[in-house]
Amino acid sequence: MYVAVKGGEQAIENAHTWLAEERRGDVTVPELSVAQIREQMALAVNRVMAEGSLFDPDLAALAIKQSRGDLIEAIFLIRAYRTTLPRFGVSAPIDTETMACDRRISATFKDVPGGQILGPTFDYTHRLIDFKLAADGEVDAVPERPADHTTMPRVADFLNREGLIEEAPQVDTEPRDLTREPLEMPADRALRLQALARADEGFTLSLAYSTQRGYARNHAFVGELRIGTVDVQMDIPELGFAIDIGEITVTECESVNQFTGSKTEPPQFTRGYGLVFGQTERKAISMALVDRAMRWEELGEDNVGAPVQDAEFVLYHADNIQATGFLEHIKLPHYVDFQSELELVRKLRRDVHRAQSQEAAE
Amino acid sequence: MNAQHEEPVTMDQDYNFAYLDEQTKRMIRRAILKGLAIPGYQVPFASREMPMPYGWGTGGVQVSAAVMTRDDKFKVIDQGADDTTNAVSIRSFFQRVAGVATTTRTADATIVQTRHRIPEQDLVEGQILVYQVPIPEPLRFLEPRESETRKMHSLEEYGLMHVKLYEDISRHGHIATAYSYPVKVEGRYVMDPSPIPKFDNPKLGDCAAIQLFGAGREQRIYALPPYTNAVSLDFEDHPFEASKADHPCGLCDAQNSYLDEVIIDDAGGRMFVCSDTDFCTMRQADGHKGKDAA
Repeated sequence: MYVAVKGGEQAIENAHTWLAEERRGDVTVPELSVAQIREQMALAVNRVMAEGSLFDPDLAALAIKQSRGDLIEAIFLIRAYRTTLPRFGVSAPIDTETMACDRRISATFKDVPGGQILGPTFDYTHRLIDFKLAADGEVDAVPERPADHTTMPRVADFLNREGLIEEAPQVDTEPRDLTREPLEMPADRALRLQALARADEGFTLSLAYSTQRGYARNHAFVGELRIGTVDVQMDIPELGFAIDIGEITVTECESVNQFTGSKTEPPQFTRGYGLVFGQTERKAISMALVDRAMRWEELGEDNVGAPVQDAEFVLYHADNIQATGFLEHIKLPHYVDFQSELELVRKLRRDVHRAQSQEAAE
Repeated sequence: MNAQHEEPVTMDQDYNFAYLDEQTKRMIRRAILKGLAIPGYQVPFASREMPMPYGWGTGGVQVSAAVMTRDDKFKVIDQGADDTTNAVSIRSFFQRVAGVATTTRTADATIVQTRHRIPEQDLVEGQILVYQVPIPEPLRFLEPRESETRKMHSLEEYGLMHVKLYEDISRHGHIATAYSYPVKVEGRYVMDPSPIPKFDNPKLGDCAAIQLFGAGREQRIYALPPYTNAVSLDFEDHPFEASKADHPCGLCDAQNSYLDEVIIDDAGGRMFVCSDTDFCTMRQADGHKGKDAA
């Protein structure tokens, strides 16, 4: 009987073996390869890289395979692996103006220099289940044209020429590193953006949505959304100059927000900013809206008590690995604490009963 | 648990000793030293993502990893037991990444990592007790903002806590906190002892071992150096009381150990047994026998 409360090493081992079997599924169905996940589940891979804070599509695909498609579990695998990686150095800031864009749109102008490039988007598809895809995944050839390696001007810069939009604040101090220093409040914008870049997509989306529905409302236009590859450069001390060490795909969103002016700032448009690994535009747009809402103090806006204006609330609850860990830990045994509560409740009930019977007697 | 002692297994060579790289361990050791220098003060540290989830003891695991040497003998308990699932998992983690020897005997261990209990047997000098801490901030449930609670600590502004305890008494006749019962350390910092039952609180103070507290998700480390004064908060007319189920252990007949209540049949029959499995096993081996012992 007492054995019933024992966990035991054998039970854990058996659970892991069963988990492995479930992961594989029906063995008569061919096994997924990491390359298949990387190529055909690319948006899941992107999310895992973004929230895992590690750009490595193969590793992210492997994590998705290992986690049976549970993306938060996959992100967790990547984060834990990331802990073991030594840090050789820090790259130079990427220059998204030189991005080779797969997609680049502006919602604030009909056309812009550089053009509107729709790219591979779901935006104009009809969300009809494509039953043909169940049997045949062949695709048509895509028309191509040679890339023009010109820089892609920023939409916000056109507004800036008239002084209609705030200057992007320039800060030259080295940003704090969220993954190497404990989070401390108040957090400056660089730190907030860092936290948002790895924040849970769903949480960020809902917060952004809440600003649209009136909780610290700040009507946002997508000034520009661009997705593509950028070079990553690093200064090599032995060489004395920066060299390209690779390229990564990122999504960048600059929102343009209405602003009627405050005590300190004239009426002008203001900016929100989002930058996320991979093609992750829902996340990048959400990030820009949340970033803008959290800037209320710096812009002299009122704190209306909206959740999104509370940086401490947002940053302490945006990380899904922290959140899911603490949430799910209540599955662990708590019987010692529960026992002490049992004793307490029994004692309190005894007191109440005693008082009641005393009252009745009187 | 069959074996009392387990031989060190071969360490996984893919990872640095005890998983964390040396720079990270150094950072954690600095936080530990600072914690020891200011008993009860919560030191922020750059907690890393570990290969077990937040809430599963990542703070304790990082502290253990930072203090562990190859010669250590490591014991892990959860709810007082060596064979609860998470204790098993953490023990096997360190066997794998540090190749360290493990034990279930409190007296033989040099490092004891614990969740929710302090071993019954008195710890001695040279031992380290590492606590897993979910919420390090004793004031958290009175004030959710970290920026505020840090201020309250620095100003020694603990009135809110006393008001809460007083309200408990006026409403229930007792302080309605059964675990995570706050203590005041060396007359200065109010500290959360982690969710140990308040029965364990008297063992916190004047302890011969080093006590280290690690909260991974909340990025805090704090400590009680040996023989530190740690007093459970109370009032003169409502003194602190370390309570437990009013029974002896059904297996080893211990009169003053913390007990688990185990439901043993459909009719709601129950037995009370020591939560500290090592303590209970040793007593039974010494010939003590409770009324439910086979």
